Amino acid sequence: MDDMKRVVLEYVIEEYIDEEDEDEITPGTPLISSGIVDSFSMVSLKRFLENRYKVSLPDDEATPEAFDTVNSICDLVRRHMG
Amino acid sequence: MAYSTGTRGRFASEIDGIREKGLYKEKRFIHSAQDAEITVEFPEGAPLKKVLNFCANNYLGLSSHPEVVAAAHEGLDTRGYGMSSVRFICGTQDIHRELQNKVSAFLGMEETLLFPSCMDANSGVFEAILGQEDVIIADRLIHASLVDGIRLCSAEYDTFKHMDMAHLEKKLELHQNRRVRLVVTDGVFSMDGDLAPLDEMVALCDRYDAMILVDDSHASGFIGKTGRGTHEHFGVIDGIDIITTTFGKGLGGASGGCVSGRREIVELCRQKARPYLFSNSLAPSIVKASIKVIEIVSRSTERRDKLERNTARFRQGMTEAGLDIRPGETPIVPVMLYNAKLANDMARDMYAEGIYIVGFFFPVVPAGAARIRVQLSAAHEFEHIDRCVAAFRKVGEKYGILGLGKKEIIEKYGN
Repeated sequence: MDDMKRVVLEYVIEEYIDEEDEDEITPGTPLISSGIVDSFSMVSLKRFLENRYKVSLPDDEATPEAFDTVNSICDLVRRHMG
Repeated sequence: MAYSTGTRGRFASEIDGIREKGLYKEKRFIHSAQDAEITVEFPEGAPLKKVLNFCANNYLGLSSHPEVVAAAHEGLDTRGYGMSSVRFICGTQDIHRELQNKVSAFLGMEETLLFPSCMDANSGVFEAILGQEDVIIADRLIHASLVDGIRLCSAEYDTFKHMDMAHLEKKLELHQNRRVRLVVTDGVFSMDGDLAPLDEMVALCDRYDAMILVDDSHASGFIGKTGRGTHEHFGVIDGIDIITTTFGKGLGGASGGCVSGRREIVELCRQKARPYLFSNSLAPSIVKASIKVIEIVSRSTERRDKLERNTARFRQGMTEAGLDIRPGETPIVPVMLYNAKLANDMARDMYAEGIYIVGFFFPVVPAGAARIRVQLSAAHEFEHIDRCVAAFRKVGEKYGILGLGKKEIIEKYGN
Protein backbone atom coordinates (compact mmCIF):
# COMPACT_ATOMS: atom_id res chain seq x y z
CA MET A 1 0.00 0.00 0.00
CA ASP A 2 1.46 3.39 -0.97
CA ASP A 3 1.83 6.24 1.48
CA MET A 4 -1.21 8.23 0.32
CA LYS A 5 -3.51 5.21 0.56
CA ARG A 6 -2.22 4.46 4.04
CA VAL A 7 -2.79 8.04 5.22
CA VAL A 8 -6.28 8.27 3.71
CA LEU A 9 -7.24 4.85 5.07
CA GLU A 10 -6.10 5.87 8.56
CA TYR A 11 -8.15 9.05 8.35
CA VAL A 12 -11.27 7.18 7.16
CA ILE A 13 -10.99 4.68 10.00
CA GLU A 14 -10.51 7.35 12.65
CA GLU A 15 -13.16 9.70 11.29
CA TYR A 16 -15.92 7.28 10.32
CA ILE A 17 -15.53 3.91 11.99
CA ASP A 18 -16.89 3.28 15.48
CA GLU A 19 -14.61 1.43 17.87
CA GLU A 20 -17.02 -1.48 18.26
CA ASP A 21 -17.20 -1.96 14.48
CA GLU A 22 -15.35 -5.17 13.65
CA ASP A 23 -15.40 -5.05 9.84
CA GLU A 24 -11.98 -4.56 8.31
CA ILE A 25 -11.61 -1.61 5.95
CA THR A 26 -9.23 -1.90 3.00
CA PRO A 27 -8.42 0.53 0.14
CA GLY A 28 -11.02 -1.28 -1.95
CA THR A 29 -13.85 -1.28 0.60
CA PRO A 30 -16.92 0.62 -0.69
CA LEU A 31 -17.46 3.52 1.71
CA ILE A 32 -20.43 5.49 0.43
CA SER A 33 -22.40 2.86 -1.50
CA SER A 34 -22.15 0.57 1.54
CA GLY A 35 -23.29 3.28 3.95
CA ILE A 36 -20.04 3.53 5.97
CA VAL A 37 -19.74 7.19 4.94
CA ASP A 38 -22.81 9.20 3.89
CA SER A 39 -22.74 12.04 1.40
CA PHE A 40 -23.41 14.59 4.18
CA SER A 41 -20.44 13.44 6.26
CA MET A 42 -17.93 13.13 3.42
CA VAL A 43 -17.30 16.88 3.64
CA SER A 44 -14.70 16.38 6.37
CA LEU A 45 -12.83 13.86 4.22
CA LYS A 46 -12.77 16.33 1.32
CA ARG A 47 -11.45 19.06 3.61
CA PHE A 48 -8.78 16.72 4.98
CA LEU A 49 -7.59 15.79 1.48
CA GLU A 50 -7.47 19.41 0.32
CA ASN A 51 -5.48 20.52 3.35
CA ARG A 52 -3.14 17.57 3.46
CA TYR A 53 -2.32 17.39 -0.27
CA LYS A 54 -2.73 21.11 -1.08
CA VAL A 55 -5.28 20.49 -3.81
CA SER A 56 -8.68 21.90 -4.63
CA LEU A 57 -11.26 19.23 -5.45
CA PRO A 58 -14.11 20.72 -7.50
CA ASP A 59 -17.59 19.80 -6.28
CA ASP A 60 -18.52 18.28 -9.62
CA GLU A 61 -15.62 15.84 -9.29
CA ALA A 62 -15.90 15.17 -5.54
CA THR A 63 -18.89 12.93 -6.17
CA PRO A 64 -20.06 9.98 -4.05
CA GLU A 65 -18.74 7.71 -6.83
CA ALA A 66 -15.27 9.29 -6.75
CA PHE A 67 -15.24 9.05 -2.94
CA ASP A 68 -16.47 5.47 -2.79
CA THR A 69 -13.15 3.74 -2.05
CA VAL A 70 -9.76 4.82 -0.77
CA ASN A 71 -8.39 3.72 -4.15
CA SER A 72 -10.73 6.00 -6.11
CA ILE A 73 -10.18 8.87 -3.66
CA CYS A 74 -6.40 8.66 -4.15
CA ASP A 75 -6.85 8.56 -7.94
CA LEU A 76 -8.89 11.76 -7.74
CA VAL A 77 -6.35 13.52 -5.51
CA ARG A 78 -3.43 12.51 -7.73
CA ARG A 79 -5.17 13.93 -10.81
CA HIS A 80 -5.29 17.30 -9.07
CA MET A 81 -1.75 17.32 -7.67
CA GLY A 82 0.70 19.49 -9.55
CA MET B 1 -46.08 17.49 -26.83
CA ALA B 2 -43.34 18.41 -24.39
CA TYR B 3 -43.99 15.38 -22.21
CA SER B 4 -42.72 12.90 -24.79
CA THR B 5 -42.93 9.12 -24.71
CA GLY B 6 -39.21 9.06 -24.06
CA THR B 7 -39.50 11.37 -21.07
CA ARG B 8 -42.40 9.36 -19.66
CA GLY B 9 -40.37 6.19 -20.14
CA ARG B 10 -37.36 7.64 -18.35
CA PHE B 11 -39.44 8.57 -15.30
CA ALA B 12 -41.21 5.20 -15.35
CA SER B 13 -37.92 3.35 -15.45
CA GLU B 14 -36.65 5.36 -12.46
CA ILE B 15 -39.79 4.34 -10.56
CA ASP B 16 -39.15 0.71 -11.57
CA GLY B 17 -35.62 1.07 -10.20
CA ILE B 18 -36.97 2.28 -6.85
CA ARG B 19 -39.29 -0.73 -6.81
CA GLU B 20 -36.47 -3.15 -7.66
CA LYS B 21 -34.37 -1.83 -4.79
CA GLY B 22 -37.28 -2.51 -2.43
CA LEU B 23 -37.58 1.21 -1.62
CA TYR B 24 -41.00 1.82 -3.16
CA LYS B 25 -43.43 3.46 -0.77
CA GLU B 26 -46.83 1.83 -1.08
CA LYS B 27 -50.01 3.86 -0.79
CA ARG B 28 -51.83 3.36 2.50
CA PHE B 29 -55.18 4.98 3.17
CA ILE B 30 -56.62 5.64 6.63
CA HIS B 31 -60.44 5.79 6.68
CA SER B 32 -60.74 7.10 10.23
CA ALA B 33 -59.41 9.90 12.42
CA GLN B 34 -55.84 9.48 13.68
CA ASP B 35 -55.90 7.49 16.93
CA ALA B 36 -54.63 4.38 18.70
CA GLU B 37 -57.07 2.29 16.68
CA ILE B 38 -57.53 3.17 13.00
CA THR B 39 -59.26 1.80 9.93
CA VAL B 40 -56.85 1.12 7.10
CA GLU B 41 -57.11 0.30 3.40
CA PHE B 42 -53.89 -1.49 2.49
CA PRO B 43 -52.91 -2.37 -0.10
CA GLU B 44 -54.99 0.05 -2.18
CA GLY B 45 -58.39 -1.47 -2.87
CA ALA B 46 -58.12 -4.08 -0.09
CA PRO B 47 -61.00 -4.50 2.38
CA LEU B 48 -60.85 -2.10 5.32
CA LYS B 49 -59.13 -3.44 8.40
CA LYS B 50 -59.19 -2.17 11.98
CA VAL B 51 -55.66 -2.13 13.35
CA LEU B 52 -53.75 -0.72 16.30
CA ASN B 53 -51.51 2.13 15.21
CA PHE B 54 -47.94 1.93 16.51
CA CYS B 55 -46.26 4.12 13.87
CA ALA B 56 -47.80 7.58 14.35
CA ASN B 57 -46.05 10.60 15.84
CA ASN B 58 -49.21 11.06 17.91
CA TYR B 59 -47.15 10.83 21.12
CA LEU B 60 -49.59 12.67 23.36
CA GLY B 61 -52.74 11.34 21.71
CA LEU B 62 -53.87 14.87 20.90
CA SER B 63 -54.44 14.43 17.14
CA SER B 64 -58.16 13.86 17.62
CA HIS B 65 -58.60 15.19 21.16
CA PRO B 66 -62.06 16.81 21.57
CA GLU B 67 -60.68 20.03 23.09
CA VAL B 68 -58.19 20.40 20.24
CA VAL B 69 -60.81 19.71 17.58
CA ALA B 70 -63.17 22.23 19.23
CA ALA B 71 -60.41 24.85 19.27
CA ALA B 72 -59.75 24.25 15.57
CA HIS B 73 -63.48 24.76 14.89
CA GLU B 74 -63.37 28.00 16.86
CA GLY B 75 -60.42 29.19 14.79
CA LEU B 76 -62.27 28.35 11.60
CA ASP B 77 -65.49 30.01 12.77
CA THR B 78 -63.94 33.20 14.14
CA ARG B 79 -60.86 33.76 11.95
CA GLY B 80 -61.73 32.03 8.69
CA TYR B 81 -60.22 29.26 6.62
CA GLY B 82 -57.04 30.77 5.21
CA MET B 83 -54.95 33.93 5.30
CA SER B 84 -54.27 34.20 1.55
CA SER B 85 -50.96 35.85 2.40
CA VAL B 86 -47.51 35.33 3.72
CA ARG B 87 -46.97 36.47 7.30
CA PHE B 88 -45.32 39.83 6.63
CA ILE B 89 -47.87 41.22 4.13
CA CYS B 90 -51.31 40.61 5.63
CA GLY B 91 -51.03 37.10 7.04
CA THR B 92 -50.42 37.68 10.74
CA GLN B 93 -53.37 37.59 13.11
CA ASP B 94 -53.30 38.27 16.82
CA ILE B 95 -53.57 34.51 17.35
CA HIS B 96 -50.27 33.93 15.51
CA ARG B 97 -48.63 36.28 18.03
CA GLU B 98 -50.45 34.57 20.89
CA LEU B 99 -49.21 31.13 19.81
CA GLN B 100 -45.64 32.41 19.41
CA ASN B 101 -45.71 33.90 22.92
CA LYS B 102 -47.17 30.73 24.42
CA VAL B 103 -44.55 28.56 22.71
CA SER B 104 -41.74 30.81 23.95
CA ALA B 105 -43.03 30.52 27.52
CA PHE B 106 -43.50 26.76 27.24
CA LEU B 107 -40.05 26.08 25.80
CA GLY B 108 -38.34 28.67 28.03
CA MET B 109 -36.99 30.63 25.06
CA GLU B 110 -36.87 34.40 24.45
CA GLU B 111 -38.90 34.50 21.23
CA THR B 112 -40.56 32.26 18.66
CA LEU B 113 -41.39 32.51 14.96
CA LEU B 114 -43.93 30.20 13.29
CA PHE B 115 -43.14 28.43 10.03
CA PRO B 116 -45.43 26.32 7.83
CA SER B 117 -43.54 23.25 9.07
CA CYS B 118 -40.44 22.32 11.02
CA MET B 119 -38.98 21.21 7.69
CA ASP B 120 -39.33 24.86 6.62
CA ALA B 121 -37.89 26.13 9.93
CA ASN B 122 -34.86 23.89 9.44
CA SER B 123 -34.52 24.88 5.80
CA GLY B 124 -34.51 28.58 6.64
CA VAL B 125 -32.78 29.11 9.95
CA PHE B 126 -29.14 28.49 8.97
CA GLU B 127 -29.10 30.68 5.88
CA ALA B 128 -30.78 33.48 7.84
CA ILE B 129 -28.16 33.70 10.57
CA LEU B 130 -24.84 32.32 9.26
CA GLY B 131 -22.40 33.18 6.47
CA GLN B 132 -19.23 31.80 4.95
CA GLU B 133 -17.10 32.92 7.90
CA ASP B 134 -19.02 30.51 10.15
CA VAL B 135 -19.12 26.76 10.68
CA ILE B 136 -21.93 24.33 11.48
CA ILE B 137 -20.92 21.16 13.34
CA ALA B 138 -23.66 18.55 13.16
CA ASP B 139 -24.32 15.09 14.58
CA ARG B 140 -24.19 12.60 11.69
CA LEU B 141 -27.71 11.30 12.30
CA ILE B 142 -29.60 14.61 12.32
CA HIS B 143 -32.91 14.79 10.50
CA ALA B 144 -32.88 15.16 6.70
CA SER B 145 -34.50 18.61 6.92
CA LEU B 146 -31.55 19.90 8.95
CA VAL B 147 -29.16 18.43 6.39
CA ASP B 148 -31.04 20.26 3.63
CA GLY B 149 -30.99 23.54 5.57
CA ILE B 150 -27.28 23.24 6.25
CA ARG B 151 -26.60 22.60 2.58
CA LEU B 152 -28.59 25.71 1.62
CA CYS B 153 -26.38 27.87 3.84
CA SER B 154 -23.02 29.33 2.78
CA ALA B 155 -21.37 28.47 6.11
CA GLU B 156 -18.81 25.69 6.11
CA TYR B 157 -20.05 22.52 7.77
CA ASP B 158 -18.59 19.50 9.48
CA THR B 159 -20.01 16.46 11.25
CA PHE B 160 -19.25 14.37 14.33
CA LYS B 161 -19.95 10.72 15.09
CA HIS B 162 -23.43 10.15 16.49
CA MET B 163 -23.50 11.40 20.13
CA ASP B 164 -19.70 11.05 20.38
CA MET B 165 -18.67 13.93 22.65
CA ALA B 166 -14.93 13.36 22.22
CA HIS B 167 -15.35 13.66 18.46
CA LEU B 168 -17.48 16.79 18.85
CA GLU B 169 -14.79 18.33 21.05
CA LYS B 170 -12.17 17.55 18.43
CA LYS B 171 -14.28 19.31 15.79
CA LEU B 172 -14.86 22.33 18.04
CA GLU B 173 -11.09 22.62 18.51
CA LEU B 174 -10.51 22.25 14.78
CA HIS B 175 -12.85 25.12 13.94
CA GLN B 176 -11.74 27.69 16.53
CA ASN B 177 -10.72 30.05 13.72
CA ARG B 178 -14.32 30.49 12.56
CA ARG B 179 -16.43 33.54 13.48
CA VAL B 180 -19.35 31.49 14.78
CA ARG B 181 -19.55 27.79 15.63
CA LEU B 182 -23.06 26.33 15.67
CA VAL B 183 -23.50 22.80 16.98
CA VAL B 184 -26.60 21.06 15.57
CA THR B 185 -28.39 18.02 16.92
CA ASP B 186 -31.78 16.38 17.21
CA GLY B 187 -33.02 16.30 20.82
CA VAL B 188 -34.49 12.83 20.29
CA PHE B 189 -33.29 11.04 17.18
CA SER B 190 -36.27 9.88 15.16
CA MET B 191 -34.93 6.52 14.01
CA ASP B 192 -33.10 5.43 17.20
CA GLY B 193 -35.00 7.15 19.98
CA ASP B 194 -31.66 8.30 21.39
CA LEU B 195 -31.55 11.37 23.63
CA ALA B 196 -28.74 13.74 22.66
CA PRO B 197 -26.61 14.40 25.79
CA LEU B 198 -27.43 18.10 25.87
CA ASP B 199 -25.81 18.67 29.27
CA GLU B 200 -22.43 17.58 27.90
CA MET B 201 -23.01 19.39 24.63
CA VAL B 202 -23.88 22.67 26.33
CA ALA B 203 -20.75 22.36 28.51
CA LEU B 204 -18.61 21.82 25.40
CA CYS B 205 -20.27 24.76 23.66
CA ASP B 206 -19.47 26.96 26.68
CA ARG B 207 -15.85 25.80 26.68
CA TYR B 208 -15.33 26.34 22.95
CA ASP B 209 -17.52 29.41 22.44
CA ALA B 210 -20.15 27.75 20.30
CA MET B 211 -23.92 28.09 19.96
CA ILE B 212 -26.24 25.10 19.91
CA LEU B 213 -29.40 24.34 17.89
CA VAL B 214 -31.67 21.47 18.89
CA ASP B 215 -34.44 20.06 16.70
CA ASP B 216 -36.84 18.85 19.38
CA SER B 217 -39.62 17.67 17.07
CA HIS B 218 -39.67 14.19 18.64
CA ALA B 219 -39.53 15.59 22.19
CA SER B 220 -41.63 18.75 22.55
CA GLY B 221 -44.59 18.17 24.83
CA PHE B 222 -43.40 14.98 26.54
CA ILE B 223 -39.64 14.73 27.19
CA GLY B 224 -38.60 16.27 30.52
CA LYS B 225 -40.53 16.27 33.79
CA THR B 226 -43.07 18.80 32.48
CA GLY B 227 -42.73 17.97 28.80
CA ARG B 228 -40.72 21.04 27.76
CA GLY B 229 -38.31 18.89 25.82
CA THR B 230 -34.83 17.43 25.81
CA HIS B 231 -33.32 20.58 27.29
CA GLU B 232 -35.58 20.22 30.32
CA HIS B 233 -34.67 16.53 30.64
CA PHE B 234 -30.99 17.45 30.93
CA GLY B 235 -31.54 20.62 33.00
CA VAL B 236 -30.04 22.99 30.42
CA ILE B 237 -33.00 25.14 29.37
CA ASP B 238 -30.93 28.33 29.58
CA GLY B 239 -28.02 26.80 27.69
CA ILE B 240 -29.85 26.27 24.40
CA ASP B 241 -29.65 29.04 21.81
CA ILE B 242 -32.12 27.75 19.21
CA ILE B 243 -34.88 25.14 19.28
CA THR B 244 -36.73 24.13 16.16
CA THR B 245 -39.82 22.04 16.65
CA THR B 246 -43.13 21.01 15.12
CA PHE B 247 -46.84 21.09 15.86
CA GLY B 248 -47.13 18.05 13.61
CA LYS B 249 -46.16 15.39 16.14
CA GLY B 250 -46.81 15.38 19.91
CA LEU B 251 -48.19 18.93 19.87
CA GLY B 252 -51.42 18.18 18.02
CA GLY B 253 -50.19 16.46 14.88
CA ALA B 254 -51.60 18.76 12.19
CA SER B 255 -48.82 20.93 10.79
CA GLY B 256 -46.68 23.96 11.47
CA GLY B 257 -43.30 24.42 13.06
CA CYS B 258 -41.18 27.12 14.60
CA VAL B 259 -37.79 28.57 15.39
CA SER B 260 -37.58 29.49 19.06
CA GLY B 261 -34.58 30.99 20.77
CA ARG B 262 -32.44 34.08 21.27
CA ARG B 263 -34.33 37.26 20.34
CA GLU B 264 -31.93 38.48 17.65
CA ILE B 265 -31.75 35.08 15.97
CA VAL B 266 -35.53 34.86 15.77
CA GLU B 267 -35.70 38.43 14.46
CA LEU B 268 -33.17 37.62 11.73
CA CYS B 269 -35.33 34.65 10.72
CA ARG B 270 -38.31 36.99 10.51
CA GLN B 271 -36.33 39.27 8.21
CA LYS B 272 -34.45 36.73 6.12
CA ALA B 273 -35.64 33.11 6.34
CA ARG B 274 -36.95 32.26 2.89
CA PRO B 275 -39.51 29.56 3.84
CA TYR B 276 -41.01 32.10 6.27
CA LEU B 277 -40.97 34.95 3.75
CA PHE B 278 -42.27 33.03 0.76
CA SER B 279 -44.90 30.64 2.04
CA ASN B 280 -48.36 31.15 3.46
CA SER B 281 -49.20 31.75 7.10
CA LEU B 282 -50.29 28.86 9.24
CA ALA B 283 -54.08 28.50 8.91
CA PRO B 284 -56.15 30.01 11.78
CA SER B 285 -57.74 26.65 12.68
CA ILE B 286 -54.29 25.12 13.23
CA VAL B 287 -53.09 28.16 15.17
CA LYS B 288 -56.08 28.05 17.54
CA ALA B 289 -55.76 24.29 17.98
CA SER B 290 -52.02 24.64 18.70
CA ILE B 291 -52.73 27.30 21.34
CA LYS B 292 -55.12 24.82 22.97
CA VAL B 293 -52.47 22.08 22.81
CA ILE B 294 -49.94 24.30 24.58
CA GLU B 295 -52.59 25.04 27.23
CA ILE B 296 -53.31 21.32 27.69
CA VAL B 297 -49.64 20.33 28.08
CA SER B 298 -48.95 23.34 30.33
CA ARG B 299 -51.78 22.72 32.80
CA SER B 300 -51.04 19.04 33.49
CA THR B 301 -48.38 16.39 32.92
CA GLU B 302 -51.06 13.70 32.83
CA ARG B 303 -50.60 12.84 29.15
CA ARG B 304 -46.79 12.76 29.12
CA ASP B 305 -46.89 10.71 32.35
CA LYS B 306 -49.21 8.19 30.70
CA LEU B 307 -46.91 8.06 27.68
CA GLU B 308 -43.98 7.39 30.01
CA ARG B 309 -45.87 4.51 31.66
CA ASN B 310 -46.88 3.10 28.26
CA THR B 311 -43.28 3.31 27.07
CA ALA B 312 -41.96 1.52 30.15
CA ARG B 313 -44.58 -1.26 29.82
CA PHE B 314 -43.80 -1.78 26.13
CA ARG B 315 -40.03 -1.77 26.59
CA GLN B 316 -40.28 -4.21 29.47
CA GLY B 317 -42.71 -6.50 27.60
CA MET B 318 -40.52 -6.59 24.51
CA THR B 319 -37.39 -7.29 26.53
CA GLU B 320 -39.14 -10.13 28.37
CA ALA B 321 -40.40 -11.52 25.06
CA GLY B 322 -36.79 -11.65 23.84
CA LEU B 323 -36.92 -9.06 21.08
CA ASP B 324 -33.74 -7.07 20.44
CA ILE B 325 -34.84 -3.50 21.17
CA ARG B 326 -32.52 -0.53 21.29
CA PRO B 327 -32.25 0.47 24.95
CA GLY B 328 -33.54 3.86 25.99
CA GLU B 329 -36.38 5.70 27.63
CA THR B 330 -38.16 7.50 24.80
CA PRO B 331 -41.41 6.39 23.12
CA ILE B 332 -39.47 5.64 19.92
CA VAL B 333 -38.51 1.97 20.22
CA PRO B 334 -36.49 0.44 17.39
CA VAL B 335 -36.90 -3.34 17.17
CA MET B 336 -33.55 -4.29 15.64
CA LEU B 337 -33.65 -6.87 12.85
CA TYR B 338 -30.54 -5.82 10.83
CA ASN B 339 -31.84 -7.47 7.64
CA ALA B 340 -34.12 -5.41 5.35
CA LYS B 341 -36.21 -8.33 4.10
CA LEU B 342 -36.74 -9.62 7.62
CA ALA B 343 -37.91 -6.14 8.72
CA ASN B 344 -40.36 -5.96 5.81
CA ASP B 345 -41.63 -9.52 6.27
CA MET B 346 -42.17 -9.05 9.99
CA ALA B 347 -43.97 -5.72 9.49
CA ARG B 348 -46.29 -7.44 6.99
CA ASP B 349 -47.00 -10.28 9.42
CA MET B 350 -47.61 -7.82 12.25
CA TYR B 351 -50.20 -6.09 10.06
CA ALA B 352 -51.92 -9.44 9.59
CA GLU B 353 -52.00 -9.63 13.40
CA GLY B 354 -53.71 -6.24 13.53
CA ILE B 355 -50.68 -4.12 14.39
CA TYR B 356 -49.76 -1.30 12.03
CA ILE B 357 -45.99 -0.70 12.01
CA VAL B 358 -43.37 -0.11 9.34
CA GLY B 359 -39.92 -1.55 8.60
CA PHE B 360 -37.00 0.81 7.92
CA PHE B 361 -33.74 0.00 6.17
CA PHE B 362 -30.83 1.58 4.28
CA PRO B 363 -30.70 4.38 3.18
CA VAL B 364 -33.27 5.62 5.75
CA VAL B 365 -31.16 4.01 8.50
CA PRO B 366 -27.48 2.95 8.25
CA ALA B 367 -26.71 -0.13 6.17
CA GLY B 368 -27.06 -3.34 8.18
CA ALA B 369 -29.26 -1.66 10.78
CA ALA B 370 -32.74 -2.53 9.44
CA ARG B 371 -35.46 -2.35 12.02
CA ILE B 372 -39.13 -1.90 12.81
CA ARG B 373 -39.73 1.38 14.57
CA VAL B 374 -42.47 1.32 17.19
CA GLN B 375 -43.90 4.59 18.49
CA LEU B 376 -45.90 4.70 21.68
CA SER B 377 -48.71 7.14 22.36
CA ALA B 378 -50.68 8.41 25.33
CA ALA B 379 -53.71 7.31 23.28
CA HIS B 380 -52.67 3.68 23.80
CA GLU B 381 -54.12 1.71 26.70
CA PHE B 382 -52.17 -1.09 28.40
CA GLU B 383 -54.42 -3.56 26.59
CA HIS B 384 -53.21 -2.17 23.22
CA ILE B 385 -49.59 -2.42 24.31
CA ASP B 386 -50.01 -5.98 25.53
CA ARG B 387 -51.60 -6.94 22.21
CA CYS B 388 -48.67 -5.41 20.33
CA VAL B 389 -46.12 -7.27 22.48
CA ALA B 390 -48.07 -10.53 22.07
CA ALA B 391 -48.07 -10.08 18.28
CA PHE B 392 -44.32 -9.42 18.31
CA ARG B 393 -43.83 -12.56 20.39
CA LYS B 394 -45.87 -14.63 17.91
CA VAL B 395 -44.22 -13.20 14.78
CA GLY B 396 -40.76 -13.23 16.38
CA GLU B 397 -41.23 -16.91 17.20
CA LYS B 398 -42.21 -17.65 13.58
CA TYR B 399 -38.89 -16.15 12.42
CA GLY B 400 -36.92 -17.75 15.24
CA ILE B 401 -35.41 -14.53 16.55
CA LEU B 402 -36.68 -14.47 20.16
CA GLY B 403 -33.78 -14.28 22.56
CA LEU B 404 -31.29 -13.57 19.77
CA GLY B 405 -28.92 -10.59 19.78
CA LYS B 406 -27.37 -8.69 16.89
CA LYS B 407 -24.71 -11.28 16.08
CA GLU B 408 -27.11 -14.23 16.09
CA ILE B 409 -29.77 -12.47 13.98
CA ILE B 410 -27.14 -11.47 11.40
CA GLU B 411 -25.76 -15.02 11.37
CA LYS B 412 -29.25 -16.32 10.68
CA TYR B 413 -30.50 -13.74 8.15
CA GLY B 414 -27.47 -11.70 7.02
CA ASN B 415 -27.41 -7.91 7.01
